[in-house]
Amino acid sequence: MVKQESESANRPDNTAFTQQRLPAWQPILSAGIVIPGFVLIGLAFIGIGVALLVTSRSIQVLELDYTGDGNGSPCSSCSQSTTVNCKCSLNFTLDTLFQGPVFFYYGLSNYFQNYRRYGASKDDNQLYGDLSYFTSPSSSCSPYDYDGSKNPIVPCGSIANSMFNDTFTLTRTVSGKTDSVPLDGKGIAWWTDYNVKYRNPSVTPLKNAFNGTVKPIDWAKPAYELDTSDASNNGFVNQDFLVWMRRAALPNFRKLYRRIDASGDYQNGLPAGNYTIDITYNYPVRVFNGAKKVVFSNVSWMGGKNEFLGIAYLVIGSLCVVMSVVMLIVYAKFKFPDEE
Amino acid sequence: MLRRRLNRWFGGEDRRVDSRTIYVGHRPCPANEVFIPPKFCDNRIVSSKYTVWNFLPKNLFEQFRRIANFYFLIIFLVQVIVDTPTSPVTSGLPLFFVITVTAIKQGYEDWLRHKADNEVNKYRVTVLEDGRRIQKESEKIKVGDVLEVDEDETFPCDLILLQSSRDDGTCFVTTASLDGESNHKTHYTVPDTERDVESLNATIECEQPQPDLYKFVGRMHIYKNNEEPTLRSLGPENLLLKGATLKNTQSICGVAVYTGMETKMALNYQGKSQKRSVVEKSINAFLLVYLCILVSKALVCTTLKYVWQSKPGQDEPWYNEKTLKEKETNRYLNMFTDFLSFMVLFNFIIPVSMYVTVEMQKFLGSFFISWDKDFFDSEIEEGALVNTSDLNEELGQVEYVFTDKTGTLTQNNMEFIECCIDGHQYKYRDASSEVDGFCVTDGPMNTVQQKAGREREELFLRALCLCHTVQVKESTEQGQGQEDGRIDQVDGLMVDGQVVPPLQEQRGFIASSPDEIALVQGAMRYGFTFLGLESKTMKILNRTNDVEMYELLHVLNFDPVRRRMSVIVRSISGETLLFCKGADSSIFPRVKQEEVEKIRMHVERNATDGYRTLCVAYKHLTPEEYDQVDSGLREARLALQDREEKLMAVYNQVETGMNLIGATAVEDRLQEEAAETMEALQGAGIKVWVLTGDKMETAKSTCYACRLFKRNTELLELTVRTLEYPGKRREDRLHDLLLEYHKKTVQDAPPAKTRVARNWSSQDFGFIVDGATLSMVLNSSSENNLHDYKDLFLQICQNCTSVLCCRMAPLQKAQIVKMVKNSKGSPITLSVGDGANDVSMILEAHVGIGIKGKEGRQAVRNSDYAIPKLKHLKKLLLAHGHLYYVRIAHLVQYFFYKNLCFILPQFLYQFFCGCSQQPLYDAAYLTMYNICFTSMPILAYSLFEQHISIEMLLENATLYRQIGKNAMLRWGPFLYWTLLGVFHGLVFFFGVWFLFSNPALQDNGQAFGNWSYGTIVFTILVFTVTLKLALDTRHWTWINHFVIWGSLAFYVFFSFFWGGVIWPFLRQQRLYFVFANMLSSVSAWLVIIVLILLSLLPEILYVVLRKPRGPYARQKKLVQSSAGGIQSPRSSARPLLMRTFSDESSTVS
Repeated sequence: MVKQESESANRPDNTAFTQQRLPAWQPILSAGIVIPGFVLIGLAFIGIGVALLVTSRSIQVLELDYTGDGNGSPCSSCSQSTTVNCKCSLNFTLDTLFQGPVFFYYGLSNYFQNYRRYGASKDDNQLYGDLSYFTSPSSSCSPYDYDGSKNPIVPCGSIANSMFNDTFTLTRTVSGKTDSVPLDGKGIAWWTDYNVKYRNPSVTPLKNAFNGTVKPIDWAKPAYELDTSDASNNGFVNQDFLVWMRRAALPNFRKLYRRIDASGDYQNGLPAGNYTIDITYNYPVRVFNGAKKVVFSNVSWMGGKNEFLGIAYLVIGSLCVVMSVVMLIVYAKFKFPDEE
Repeated sequence: MLRRRLNRWFGGEDRRVDSRTIYVGHRPCPANEVFIPPKFCDNRIVSSKYTVWNFLPKNLFEQFRRIANFYFLIIFLVQVIVDTPTSPVTSGLPLFFVITVTAIKQGYEDWLRHKADNEVNKYRVTVLEDGRRIQKESEKIKVGDVLEVDEDETFPCDLILLQSSRDDGTCFVTTASLDGESNHKTHYTVPDTERDVESLNATIECEQPQPDLYKFVGRMHIYKNNEEPTLRSLGPENLLLKGATLKNTQSICGVAVYTGMETKMALNYQGKSQKRSVVEKSINAFLLVYLCILVSKALVCTTLKYVWQSKPGQDEPWYNEKTLKEKETNRYLNMFTDFLSFMVLFNFIIPVSMYVTVEMQKFLGSFFISWDKDFFDSEIEEGALVNTSDLNEELGQVEYVFTDKTGTLTQNNMEFIECCIDGHQYKYRDASSEVDGFCVTDGPMNTVQQKAGREREELFLRALCLCHTVQVKESTEQGQGQEDGRIDQVDGLMVDGQVVPPLQEQRGFIASSPDEIALVQGAMRYGFTFLGLESKTMKILNRTNDVEMYELLHVLNFDPVRRRMSVIVRSISGETLLFCKGADSSIFPRVKQEEVEKIRMHVERNATDGYRTLCVAYKHLTPEEYDQVDSGLREARLALQDREEKLMAVYNQVETGMNLIGATAVEDRLQEEAAETMEALQGAGIKVWVLTGDKMETAKSTCYACRLFKRNTELLELTVRTLEYPGKRREDRLHDLLLEYHKKTVQDAPPAKTRVARNWSSQDFGFIVDGATLSMVLNSSSENNLHDYKDLFLQICQNCTSVLCCRMAPLQKAQIVKMVKNSKGSPITLSVGDGANDVSMILEAHVGIGIKGKEGRQAVRNSDYAIPKLKHLKKLLLAHGHLYYVRIAHLVQYFFYKNLCFILPQFLYQFFCGCSQQPLYDAAYLTMYNICFTSMPILAYSLFEQHISIEMLLENATLYRQIGKNAMLRWGPFLYWTLLGVFHGLVFFFGVWFLFSNPALQDNGQAFGNWSYGTIVFTILVFTVTLKLALDTRHWTWINHFVIWGSLAFYVFFSFFWGGVIWPFLRQQRLYFVFANMLSSVSAWLVIIVLILLSLLPEILYVVLRKPRGPYARQKKLVQSSAGGIQSPRSSARPLLMRTFSDESSTVS
């Protein structure tokens, strides 16, 4: 089509934008900037790396496998039998104080909590306390949505169903006297999970909300009786349940079980001595070649023990420094190309 | 579409016969007993593609015909049908977005078309029906209706002119909206119809609609009471085209012959064939690679999944039992759906948004060309015109420029320089230096030798005055009085001679070719003034101020094949004369040979001086001869078929045995900065070929003037002249010459590399070929060594710095372009031209550039880009083309890169989740990554980046070579980007993987889950790819700052927002507070920082280590070229940095 514009309108606007002459900053990554920059970054990284490494080294970790694979291991009998609440115990000795605060984890390996279908198998609406989803759970929970007699399962889905159900108690033997170590189960799940994302239906008593539903197939107790000692730790807002529901990223993972309550003798952590973990062994892992362990660890500002970060910082920091030296040499060669 | 098809069915009868019959005013004719009103399509113009009803299905169909859209649709459908890891929304939303935006854009455009159509269709027109004037809507016009059109109205359909308000049965129209030619064209009424249109009883037989604007054949049978019908031939001069505007004529009456979609204007709307750029081909190639990557990833994962599952205990652990349905499904079907699921999971590697971004970049980017004020020409008050935005980057890839000479290299601003009459040279000197310039005796006709006889002189000048199709421009006042007034004016001015020449030159002439104006003006200087054409009478004011009248009998129009035109006139004394002017090659064989020699010398000398030469000849026609010619012409004009050929035959028959009177030389000055432009193009490594219809000598001198040929250029000539060799057949001689030149240019030449290095010092070759020889080379199909010839020829041409092809027919120009285009390595070609004869080569080349010159608008209409002057080509290629290429190449590579490192972690994650298609990132991130988080910075980059400033690009043409041959999109760079993407993907994934060996990352001992893992990877990803782009950005305008930092800020803000609310419409609140929790972990912060740095380290190193050569060399060049003149800010910054560097070196070492 022929443009029908007035003649003056034909003249292009003479603005910086239309003429591609916007004022522009033209950064130059020249040696003068990059080499000192690299040196600075490198030094900073080395510093951070050293700090991280030192911190990480200072973290104490105690890992105890209790799968019961070998015959000699204390839980081998439990691992072979299918008895419910099979008891076994692990002994360990601390020579020095285990610096507090001490965190008590359980670890599973070759356990695919990140399996897609497994991860999708829950009903967030149900877990948000919506009663209408109690009677008709989401189909994503299948095959853990209804039991054999078509009763809805609450909480539905394979994540909830497969909740870790080994329990541990920790006792210390000091001069023949056993003393149970106080464990704190509060605040082991994310605050938002406990307070916002998961919610019990506002029915009192809680038990009534679960009328007409059945507990997950593999659970020993219904959801509203998860913690008989603390009413606010029941139903969907049970801390152990919440911890379990936050799926692990990798097949070998650990989840927080308890914190050592920093009180009394345990003010500064676990003092030296002989300890016994009494395990109620329920969770079968050998069928899929998995392993179970308990982990005691204290944490620093950077979290749990992890040497990777410190090493990474050290390596990259020194890389930067090395590269700045290389660049220096290269530049010394190419500095005045016209003089060559 | 449907309408057209229906028409074909209904009008099928009609279509089979080659002509249509129209009953003027729908009145039955006595000759036909039965009057069957024929069916033609109505006058509705439908340029719109859609209606309200079919918009949705049709538009969707059109959109999904694009292979990319279809692919995404399939992915989407797979997601809907199969249980896939990501919800259909993740790929549906972007697709929906793209489809909607495109649909809205197309819908809006179509709405505009509807509006325009309606405006045209509802326009009120006056129809004469049974003697009454009836107002009708334009769309209701039927073929055969008699319409009345007033001045300044456009014709509503194609009309045959029956009656004009002007006395001489003419009317003037301007076809500015059709072909852009703003001059007034004269159209003629059909004889015998002027008197009473109301009672006219006639039928018109004419050809079926065809798109050629300048062709029309038909005849009219006029029935008068019981008489034999009179037959009148109809030609384009009787046809008023829809879209043209009536000028200088109060009103006309005409009968509609073609209506609606059958008008020539509508037929011409059919779009040009789409040109595709090299970049697009590269994209498709890369796409294929990525498709392979995608499929192989999916295959690997599917295989691994089943391998993994075959291990005991892994397939269905007790904690994750399969549903009943899954158990029942066939194993192979399961495998297939798994494969599809993986495809869906990884499909983001081929992003929808890339197409959108590329389209947007092209569309928005093309504005910078039309906005560029450097392209604005104050003379024609216009800037550059972009007809297609698809080829912006192609401008940076040009290897061959084919340029027209006239109007492109030269200004097409003709000036009469001299003439030669009977071998005597007459040079016109500036009239102001000569008093009384029109006197014969002591006038400006400076004799070099002797003067020709006065009679011959006057005959020559009369020939110049008569043999043309020039019109005298009418000023706003009309009518006869003005005509007289002008004569008075001329008379009056003649009294005082000094003032005459400048004023007289202001007399406006309008002609399709500027040569003709120059000739008429030249004749005016010698005392013969053309006063105009009035009812077939040409008036000439001769030297003695007498008005001579000639009856114009026939015009034998100019055409490029004959290369001449003639008029047949009858003087008052009753003599019938034929005047002919044309190119020497077409005139010389047709005149008496003894006259040729003395003029040939002049013609050749003039041609060598770079002038355009025309020879003028005449012939007396005896009454018998004339009658023969007259009847021959009439017969040919009445022919409905092959009219052109028949006319040509008559023309050729008449234009023989003429007497040569003389020759003219007209100068066509070079365009401004033509030489500089050509030099810059050659400096940029572009080979310039001049394709012209002009004489060799003229073209050669132009080439020298443009510095295409230099003094040290060795010219290799392959023309008719060099083929003449005593004792040899032309074919043999051609063979010898080709071999000789081939040896010189190809075999003896140093290898390409060294030649590029010492570029200017080595021997330059220029190659000259003419049309006749070229057709010998190309059409030597009967020869057994045909292949050799074409190949040899091409090789010679490609090894010459410049090639001149003269005496080219338009089709030959296109042939040459095609030959080069399809040669080895398929180089990118660009054609520049300004005239209709360049259209074929403009359409043929990869990029067609139209010059908004004087030869109408056809070239501009058919071009991809139009610029006012040749000199603008330099900036268009060197600056715009270069930048666009770099921008889009970077855009494409970056897009593939960023999606590779986006999806690679997701792929790697499959190895750690039992190949269960678990997505690493949340659905929102998957969806938004390409739409929001990373799309704007690259778009801004691809619009504003100037890695080298425009001034620098213009100064150093050699920079253009750096990006030649698709340098940034070859497999090398592609591999580099791919490896970079792989490296980044590995760093992101495994960096975080190592971190997650202990998922307790917070200082309260709590552990992170899988969504935290994905979010950390994703955060690193977004920051890294954005910062990578920031590293590549050399030109930071505030827009770049805004979008780069804005995108990152938006990502952070979005993540907070997305994770901060329980979204009721989501089934799973996966990301609830994940991002905030991540930020509360120091380790997460540290890992993000260190991984970003690690990813970018090689890039920074590369940039830094590459530096010493890049800008430093550039700066050196700048210093050399500007020689201490203006220095760019960058160059002044440079020494400072060097200084910092040396300080640094002392401290560190």
